[in-house]
Amino acid sequence: MDYFKNDLASLHTSLVNKEISAEELTKATFAGIKEKEPVVDAFLTLNEEKALQTAREIDAQGIDADNVLAGIPIGIKDNIVTKDLRTTAASKMLENFEPIYDATVMEKLQAAQMINVGKLNMDEFAMGSSTETSAFKKTKNAWDQTKVPGGSSGGSAAAVASGEVLASLGSDTGGSIRQPAAFNGIVGMKPTYGRVSRYGLIAFASSLDQIGPFTRTVKDNALVLNAISGQDARDFTTSAQPVPDFTQGIADGVKGMKIAVPKEYLGEGVAEDVKAAIKNAITTFETLGAKVEEVSLPHSKYGVGVYYIIASSEASSNLERFDGIRYGYRAPDVKTLEEVYVKSRSQGFGDEVKRRIMLGTFSLSAGTYDAFFKKAAQVRTLICQDFAKVYQDYDLILGPTAPTVAYGLGEKIDDPVTMYMNDILTIPTNLAGLPGMSIPAGFSQGLPIGLQLIAPQFAEQTLYRAGYAFEQATSFHKEIPVIGGQA
Amino acid sequence: MNFETTVGLEVHIEMQTKSKAYSPSPVQYGAEQNTNTNVIDWGYPGVLPVVNKGALEFAMRAALALNCEIEQDIHYDRKNYFYPDNPKAYQITQFQTPIGHDGWVEIDLEDGSTKKVRIHEIHMEEDAGKNSHKDDGYSYVDLNRQGTPLVEIVAEPDLSSPEEAVAYLTKLRQIIQFTGISDVKMEEGSMRADVNVSVRPYGADKLGVRTEMKNLNSFEHVRKGIQYESKRQQGVLLTGGEIQQETRRFDDVTGTTSLLRSKEEANDYRYFPEPDIPPIHISEEWIEKVRGEIPEMPDKRRARYVNEWGIPEYDAGVLTQTKEMSDFYDATVNAGADAKLAANWLMGEVNAYMNAQKMALDETALTPEHLATMIKLIVDGTISSKIAKKVFKEIITNDTDPQAWVEEKGMVQLSDPAKLQPIIDEILDNNEQSIEDFKNGKDRAVGFLVGQIMKQTRGMANPKMVNKLLMASLNQR
Amino acid sequence: MAISAKEVAHVASLAKLAFNENELETFTGQMDEIINMVQELSEVDTTDVPVTTHVTDAHNVLREDIAVKGTDRDLLMRNVPESEDGYIKVPAIIDGSEDA
Repeated sequence: MDYFKNDLASLHTSLVNKEISAEELTKATFAGIKEKEPVVDAFLTLNEEKALQTAREIDAQGIDADNVLAGIPIGIKDNIVTKDLRTTAASKMLENFEPIYDATVMEKLQAAQMINVGKLNMDEFAMGSSTETSAFKKTKNAWDQTKVPGGSSGGSAAAVASGEVLASLGSDTGGSIRQPAAFNGIVGMKPTYGRVSRYGLIAFASSLDQIGPFTRTVKDNALVLNAISGQDARDFTTSAQPVPDFTQGIADGVKGMKIAVPKEYLGEGVAEDVKAAIKNAITTFETLGAKVEEVSLPHSKYGVGVYYIIASSEASSNLERFDGIRYGYRAPDVKTLEEVYVKSRSQGFGDEVKRRIMLGTFSLSAGTYDAFFKKAAQVRTLICQDFAKVYQDYDLILGPTAPTVAYGLGEKIDDPVTMYMNDILTIPTNLAGLPGMSIPAGFSQGLPIGLQLIAPQFAEQTLYRAGYAFEQATSFHKEIPVIGGQA
Repeated sequence: MNFETTVGLEVHIEMQTKSKAYSPSPVQYGAEQNTNTNVIDWGYPGVLPVVNKGALEFAMRAALALNCEIEQDIHYDRKNYFYPDNPKAYQITQFQTPIGHDGWVEIDLEDGSTKKVRIHEIHMEEDAGKNSHKDDGYSYVDLNRQGTPLVEIVAEPDLSSPEEAVAYLTKLRQIIQFTGISDVKMEEGSMRADVNVSVRPYGADKLGVRTEMKNLNSFEHVRKGIQYESKRQQGVLLTGGEIQQETRRFDDVTGTTSLLRSKEEANDYRYFPEPDIPPIHISEEWIEKVRGEIPEMPDKRRARYVNEWGIPEYDAGVLTQTKEMSDFYDATVNAGADAKLAANWLMGEVNAYMNAQKMALDETALTPEHLATMIKLIVDGTISSKIAKKVFKEIITNDTDPQAWVEEKGMVQLSDPAKLQPIIDEILDNNEQSIEDFKNGKDRAVGFLVGQIMKQTRGMANPKMVNKLLMASLNQR
Repeated sequence: MAISAKEVAHVASLAKLAFNENELETFTGQMDEIINMVQELSEVDTTDVPVTTHVTDAHNVLREDIAVKGTDRDLLMRNVPESEDGYIKVPAIIDGSEDA
């Protein structure tokens, strides 16, 4: 199956017209995965047998002509629990973990008759920006196999960008969907906090995490988000806001739309090639009839500090449950209870996870709480207020997704602070719970550049409308990477 | 030097909701290990807490019953510590915004006086699982109890003796029992007390350094623990030592305490707001709705019994010791029973039966309606007090309607003058001598005649009625 | 140095992590850098600024008190490293008095 020549609508037509069956499509998908995996290394676990069985069941029922997702294979980030299918969060801690329940998004995908083909590589427990902290493998950028795919949802992005699947799910805590989407030249959406249930997402930072889709086109992205959104009685932080059809009005254009460009998002630290691509994008939007103006988000520079304190604090607590007692890695030869805890955790977690646990534990400790956690939570309020002020006058915020294009494997992994600063443009969105999307906006040195659009809470439709207009006016999304010497 | 003792109590109470505080699995005692649990209780990766409205409203009830102000904007917090019975390694609690604060309880002291004890706060928590220990070097974890909703009631250090502490606990248990949120059984662990004790020289402004004993599970242990700690601390101070702030273990066999953990070893719980649970606003209407669901408290009932029903103060106290007894008493009187007789029966025969059979009131077959009916039968003379004892035995062991039963068994007294008069006439006709004796002032003759009448009616004649009719007949002859 | 190796070791003990001496040195250095980075927040005036700990628009979400049967125990036990007779098994707990 050549996913580069198809989108969801065209595949759906083929399935409805019986030019191909769901089983054939699934088989072809696995054939493609097996061909590309030696180069891309995006998957941690394949779900071949069950995927084929599901495909046959869908074929037997007949493809629902009204359900564009029926029979379409999808890949799942490995921090989303899948019943009876190994879920590792890319950690040695969960190397052999077989969940006994399905995440809400998995139930929703099943209801939509999508076929889970397997679990995708990521940074361990979603902590990282390059997928290099995975305990198991190094996923490669689809466009240049010496570069990182971004992270933490690097496997999800690389699998779509390399044409292994047409869609995948990732999770975004500080940019983990948008940044790898940018690095791989595809569309990645982090929905509004509360739009998609987190039940069954192995928590990194509970007040920031959101699940969202990766696709190659904007419209496909809206279609997958349709399937996974909605209030969930098992996640009290999900919103009661009605879920619209995200494709509705997608082609209405941006004429009259007011777009804000924060000057801080094009400041120093953002590479010139990235700046140039974004400036071109601004011109495109203006040509399409949008009004683009510069604004300021004065507290955005504090976003990284706020984020690393809050995310690490929540993570330090969320990851305490991995203690070697009820599931997960248990260190061998432990004699005392203390050894069960300390050895299992010290051996089961990788260094980046330990760094975050340490920072979070420190930030919450008696004596540091006020200066760290509380202070960060206060500055978070100021960051939210910055956004609210801009949205009084503007429909959207526009900027780059990442300060640079994808960097080399191994280049930054030993330098945590430099790595953290790389998330500066995506983090504020999570802190304020806003929806943000990255779409392809150019290339530099053969590597994709991502354009980030950020909307007020629950205005995903605005993002899709603007993204679609931009996509129709440009051809970046039509570029095809070379995987292992083959187009 | 003379010392005064100061006691502060933190009491944990398990609430009897149907489901757990943050998961829908059942709250139930005595179930087979790890069968009342689900992935949330196990802290499985990816799960999220789902707050039980019933548990929150029970906590509000407790707060209101303890005269607390309700905190209207609350959020939950995480309390982090590692322990095998604590699967998430954090408890979800209310650290920054306890549901209730600034309440009070009036306790009854032995000398008949009362004392107001201030409640600092009341907050929600979740219980941990249970660890059992064997000699094989392992502990065994059962998570059935994990997530059972708790309230912790923190009193100000207003108590100054073991007796006052016990009086406070007694009152607290009584109030909570009346709210209906818990069975407050210390022996089953549904009520547990952490006890803080300090001593200071009489008249000193500042409280002394306190020590803490955790999880005491009987009033006796609380009493002994405080006694021992107070004496121990006085001894340390008198010999020039200093009290260390520490947690001490109470040994119920020796009645002594020993060091468990020093302040330096105390856990740093790293509290922070629980991000998985959105904040909750409690409106005035909601508070009033919950207030309306709280049953009448024991002090009010006691006053009502004394003032409206003329029950002695002591008896009213006994009848309001438990909600079951008080509810039963109210229902019996409301079903038409004489209030004093109902009180006598409950405190006498009913209590004696419960003690002898080691049964709770609701384990017997007795209903307020049956007891009321029986008392009415006594009052209107349908049955004698002797027969009443037989009836009582029947209705407390079987679900039997007393009215129907006494009729069926022929236990109804013969009170109808139309039926008694012919019998009396016949007896008098056959005992001329007795009539003579009566007229000559020999009172014994009456006794003899009554005896004859009772014999004739096989003891079923109503003695009062017999007396009345006999005297009238004698005077006519 | 904003944080010492001793403090790092204390934090590690709270987090139930252990580091050997080399690791401790590396971690202390990195922690120090990270703490320096996040400490730029101290320059922000947050007088009277409330905290933000939730960004969801959901509030007052509650579940009715209805019990649902527990999950099958064998299923729950599937991933347990050591269990016996329906119990989760751990090396003996020595201090049996953690609070409730």
